[in-house]
Amino acid sequence: MTTGSNGGGLDEAIGRRRFLGYVLAAPTLVAAAELVPPAPAADTRLPSPELTELLDLNDMMTAAALPTSGLISVEVNPDGTVSFALPRVEVGQGITTSTAMLIAEELAVPLERVRVTLADARPELVFNQLTGGSNTTIATYIPIRVAAAIARLRLLAAAAAELGSEITDLTLKAGMIIDRSGGGIDIGALAEKAASTETRQVSVELTPRGSFTVIGRPHNRVDALEAVTGRKKFTMDLDVPDAKPTMLCRPPTINGEVGSVSNLPEVRTMPGVTDVVVISTGVAVRAETFGQCVDAVRALKVSWKPGTVEGKSDESVLRELEAAELPLGLRPPVPTVEGKFTFHFRSNSALEPNCAVADVRADRAEIWSALKSPIVAQQAIAAKLGLPPGRVTVHVTEGGGSFGRKLFFDAALEAAEVSQKVGKPVKLMWHRADDSRQGRTHPMATSRVRAAYVGGTVLSYKQRHTSVSTDLGHGLGEIITAMAARLPVGDIGFSQTFFHLSQAMSYRFGTSSQLLSETDKGFNTGSMRSVYSPDVTCARELIVDQLAARMGKDPYRFRHDFLRDDRSRAVLAKVAEAGDWGRPMPAGIAQGIAFHAEYKAVSAALVEIDCRPGTVNRPIRDGVTGPRVVKAVFAVDVGLAVNPRGLEAQMMGCIMDGIALALTSSLHLSDGYFLEASWDNYFYTRQWNTPPELRIIIMPSTSEEPGGAGELGVAASMAAVACAYGRATGTMPTSFPINHGTLSFAPKPTVPPIPQSPADGLNDARRTKEV
Amino acid sequence: MPEHTFRVNGEQVTVNVAGDVRLLWVLRDILGITGPKYGCGINVCKACTSHINGRAVNPCAIPVEDLQPTDEVTTIEGLPATVGKNLHPMQQAWLDHDVAQCGYCQPGQIMAAVALVRRVAAEGREITDADLDGLRNICRCGTYFRIREAIKAGAENM
Repeated sequence: MTTGSNGGGLDEAIGRRRFLGYVLAAPTLVAAAELVPPAPAADTRLPSPELTELLDLNDMMTAAALPTSGLISVEVNPDGTVSFALPRVEVGQGITTSTAMLIAEELAVPLERVRVTLADARPELVFNQLTGGSNTTIATYIPIRVAAAIARLRLLAAAAAELGSEITDLTLKAGMIIDRSGGGIDIGALAEKAASTETRQVSVELTPRGSFTVIGRPHNRVDALEAVTGRKKFTMDLDVPDAKPTMLCRPPTINGEVGSVSNLPEVRTMPGVTDVVVISTGVAVRAETFGQCVDAVRALKVSWKPGTVEGKSDESVLRELEAAELPLGLRPPVPTVEGKFTFHFRSNSALEPNCAVADVRADRAEIWSALKSPIVAQQAIAAKLGLPPGRVTVHVTEGGGSFGRKLFFDAALEAAEVSQKVGKPVKLMWHRADDSRQGRTHPMATSRVRAAYVGGTVLSYKQRHTSVSTDLGHGLGEIITAMAARLPVGDIGFSQTFFHLSQAMSYRFGTSSQLLSETDKGFNTGSMRSVYSPDVTCARELIVDQLAARMGKDPYRFRHDFLRDDRSRAVLAKVAEAGDWGRPMPAGIAQGIAFHAEYKAVSAALVEIDCRPGTVNRPIRDGVTGPRVVKAVFAVDVGLAVNPRGLEAQMMGCIMDGIALALTSSLHLSDGYFLEASWDNYFYTRQWNTPPELRIIIMPSTSEEPGGAGELGVAASMAAVACAYGRATGTMPTSFPINHGTLSFAPKPTVPPIPQSPADGLNDARRTKEV
Repeated sequence: MPEHTFRVNGEQVTVNVAGDVRLLWVLRDILGITGPKYGCGINVCKACTSHINGRAVNPCAIPVEDLQPTDEVTTIEGLPATVGKNLHPMQQAWLDHDVAQCGYCQPGQIMAAVALVRRVAAEGREITDADLDGLRNICRCGTYFRIREAIKAGAENM
């Protein structure tokens, strides 16, 4: 048989890890595993009995006694497809594709037959339904394969009975089970026969790495066709009966509250408007179209109470940060390199704005939204509505980007509140201006670094990161706390623990310490892609360049000499080689190189930046051009890359984020609100900022298991751009993004809080030059 | 309520709605055509990019009353039919290059790309880096590089 290891001989079985899962009592074949697998029954050195014996051997408990509620299950359907409801959210990172690949591998079915959907909120999974920390593939790699492998065992057993063959004479390939005579049977025809009337525990071995035919090979996204045809359904595309467009009139300053509304009756009679109600975060308008919501929001006359950061500005928050700084200690009596770096507020908005559909009735509620923490959302919404959590169904929809933003469920909470108040279903969406001004941000921070050295040795490295508080209140805290209980970090807080767990010291820099201090909880913050790492790494890598210069060493060679291990040195050497490090360049163009390790992965970036006036001053309407990264080379080693093409896509996005963080994108705080209210105010990387040359290198795998990838590339990219900019301009940048000091747009009014849509769009069709 | 008549993806439609409601909401909220996405509502992000009589426009900035009965609105859903196939060559190029990440901006990106290629072809020249730099569509996932590659490939088959 070619079913991998499951029926392998004695030699193969020795030393191989066995995993336990279940066949569930169900009308069709359902195989399951615990999301966090128990310690595998390693080294049990079981002989390899016949499969049927193995199944019976491991029937240990009855259905009633099994802790099956927390299982994830793979279901084989009579039509030959395989279904799996992933308890995570797809927001662009490609986990529906990589998950389908895991199942296709272990079950030996074509990828096209695997249907991965997103699971509703499942409170019984406790902490295991949170999409964050680039953890999805790390956490699900084994359990999903265990469930699929068990399904394969059952199918083979059922086929043996059906075909009258020995299991060892059967081959499962491409969704067909074939015997020695060439007779075959499709797995769909076995879906019911392989089902079990009772839940049984089963022991299984997974396909060994050397036999992989799907995992580790590039695969296009499973949802690509839906995306390019416009058929992919996002939350606002759902057709929930009577869920009408709903928007909020929001306060002029951050988190302001409604005082009174002077014209509710008039607004209620505006065209298309069905309802206008005051809720905890503003005044909600429900109408036939979102366009009519915009009109009504703009017409509302509201007096507002102050917000949570009234009167604050970039300058005043910087002073707060300064007051919260931890000391660097006495300066040692040896040469030191020091720097202080400032990182301004950045918007955590995806392109799909915050949105949710809610249908709240007297005794139950149903919610649809792209949620990274659906269990917490379900509990919070239930509390808000005064319903038992069991009466609140939370459907997780595919999201239009997240970057950490969808860890919070602000729109879902609002939609539930509005639906309850108006007694009708609602389709609630934030305006872009709301997202920019009242949305979650990556907090402003400073990082102070001091490195002491003598001759060619770095004696010590100290970094003190001071930040506006990052809100981790979505439940990531519980996971971290659970992990931290096993670490020698004592009772420090969630964010402290998170900081320590995520910030590796990758260089041999003698005694090193990196500490976090947080202040001011008045802002709406959240974990933005890679959280602390881009800022912390950017500051560190700039100081590394300074150290190298003091020691008269090449920045690449210096890093290579001081990195701790071969795996780290390999990615760095790779970008240096592929990016032709040190090649001669004209004045105003320079290279930068940087390294970052996190999520059980290592990464390195090499960029070339053009800071010549002709490039910096390129005219683009309503855009920021500035220095351009003209080439980026990125090398990544995530251990096992399940889908190299998807990994490459994630690194590409991370590079664009890194460019934005270093050069162009920030929020300006003034008088209690952010000035930005548009994508032409908040300068995320655009085509005119994109490197025309880009190369991403996936390193040969160095591990049996995958590391995290969704956030990994931001830190090294941002740092490399900063280092390149420093070299091109001959000055070490200390404030990010580098253009923050220049306000490149005219701020929109805060009252009304959202701008009217233009009405000259047909003119575009008559323009000849611009798209 | 005033009636407005125009063509969408090859079919004549008539809607009953106030004339200043923008075409984006007429498409999405009334006609249920959800390919064009909302990303800003002020003709900046370009996520709703569609075609009118073959030219790229942003429906978030067009009052429905501006449309004539003969105006042909093409959204991403109607793009393949303009070439009589199941997929437009640009959509195929998008698949070949596995461009989409979250996919939210992709309908608008593809519609903008098709219009760009047509315009450049009408000017009798090849797509340049400057043409690609001029695309204003936002992709917050940062798939810009694959977008550029796909447009060049798609242009060859248009």
